[in-house]
Amino acid sequence: MKTTGKLRGYIYAVTLFFITLSGFGQMPIFKRYYIADIPGLGWLAQFYVTHIIHYIAATVLIALVIYVLFDFIFNRSGLNTITGSGYFKIVIIAGLIVSGGLMVIKNLPNIYFGHTAIIVLDLVHLSLCMMLLCISLYTRIRKKRWVS
Amino acid sequence: MTIKKATSKISRRAFLKNSITVAGSVAATTSIARAAKSMTREKKEPLVTLLDISKCIGCEECVYACQEANADKYPEPQKPFPKMFPNRVPVQDWSDKRDVTDRLTPYNWLFIQHASATVNGEEIELTLPRRCMHCDNPPCVKLCPWGSAKQEENGLSRIDSNICLGGSKCKKACPWDIPERQTGVGLYLDLLPAFAGNGVMYKCDRCYNRLEKGEVPACIEVCPEDVQTIGPRSEILKKAHALAREMNGYIYGEHENGGTNTIYVSPVPFEQLNQSIEKGKGKPHLNKVKNMMADGTNLAKAMLIAPLAGVAAAFGKFYLSSKEDN
Repeated sequence: MKTTGKLRGYIYAVTLFFITLSGFGQMPIFKRYYIADIPGLGWLAQFYVTHIIHYIAATVLIALVIYVLFDFIFNRSGLNTITGSGYFKIVIIAGLIVSGGLMVIKNLPNIYFGHTAIIVLDLVHLSLCMMLLCISLYTRIRKKRWVS
Repeated sequence: MTIKKATSKISRRAFLKNSITVAGSVAATTSIARAAKSMTREKKEPLVTLLDISKCIGCEECVYACQEANADKYPEPQKPFPKMFPNRVPVQDWSDKRDVTDRLTPYNWLFIQHASATVNGEEIELTLPRRCMHCDNPPCVKLCPWGSAKQEENGLSRIDSNICLGGSKCKKACPWDIPERQTGVGLYLDLLPAFAGNGVMYKCDRCYNRLEKGEVPACIEVCPEDVQTIGPRSEILKKAHALAREMNGYIYGEHENGGTNTIYVSPVPFEQLNQSIEKGKGKPHLNKVKNMMADGTNLAKAMLIAPLAGVAAAFGKFYLSSKEDN
């Protein structure tokens, strides 16, 4: 069981790393600030590559979230075991999945979203990402767990 | 989904509907009126332009009509430009070269490309009006990180100069490198001009404001040779194929980048034209273009499997642990 939990943690960490990096790669900043010039990081300035990596990481994240959700249900762990910071992260991740999912739909052919809707989605997604990074940093430093 | 124009209080659809009533009574037989009517009736069918390049004489009437019709959309940059960090960020200033017409610039959204080809042993000269192709699934719109580019239900894509930060991602994502940047203008000046953004990207918006009024884009209206036709996709594709059959010619734009709303018909193969045209900055190619958004679209479908995989993994773990307990 412990091995599964550890593996789950590693998958989450790696997914979070790549989804964040490729997410920021959607903005034209890595080339401007020489980060894409670092050997091995040139892909950060290739928008179609970061787009695909973001989608792949999102797919893994969705699968992981659903896995954890059902594992939680099957184990009958009880909602009271979830910590405050855990709840906070769950809400943010849910928001990221919903806003990201809508953006994936927006990118499909023959789908027209209103201009305001697109801007709101972009800003919400970016804001939630920043919040997740901050809270993750906080829980990492303070060694706060998802469940008590 | 209703798309509202920022400056208007009525919806575009309502506006278009009213425009259609007026346009229809005045010019019921024109293609744009038919196209607009078809839009309200069927809602989904985008407008497509057909360019018969065998008719183009390269007179540049369309170029000047475009400049005149869109003059109020052109950038008026503030100088001196803010110093940008780091130094590698290029200043792109076309404000002193507004009369350039032999390539795409922020002040010239349409230009004439010259090609020569050999047909039946005879050398012929051809000219092509070039501008944004208005893709079916435009990467410039879909990949814009800031939501400043948008696609309308009538198939045109355009960049909102009030929101664009000039990061030029749309240009890098565009298979034809169409959008052009002007530094020193736009929203970035009010944010962090030294550290983010670099102006505004400009390109053909297919005269969206004229279309809203039931008028055809300026380049189409002014052409003395009727090179361009605009209408609903099915109608235009039928016309394009009939024309290609008639002249034993070739089509470009129907399948490029997964399909575009600009269809060229030429009496000579586009590979041949592509070899002869001048290509480079502001001068797009005529290569075959794969669907740049196809990988993303396929992955989006694969994303639907992710929840099932998650449930299956959780159930598998539960089943194994139950077995162990027994």
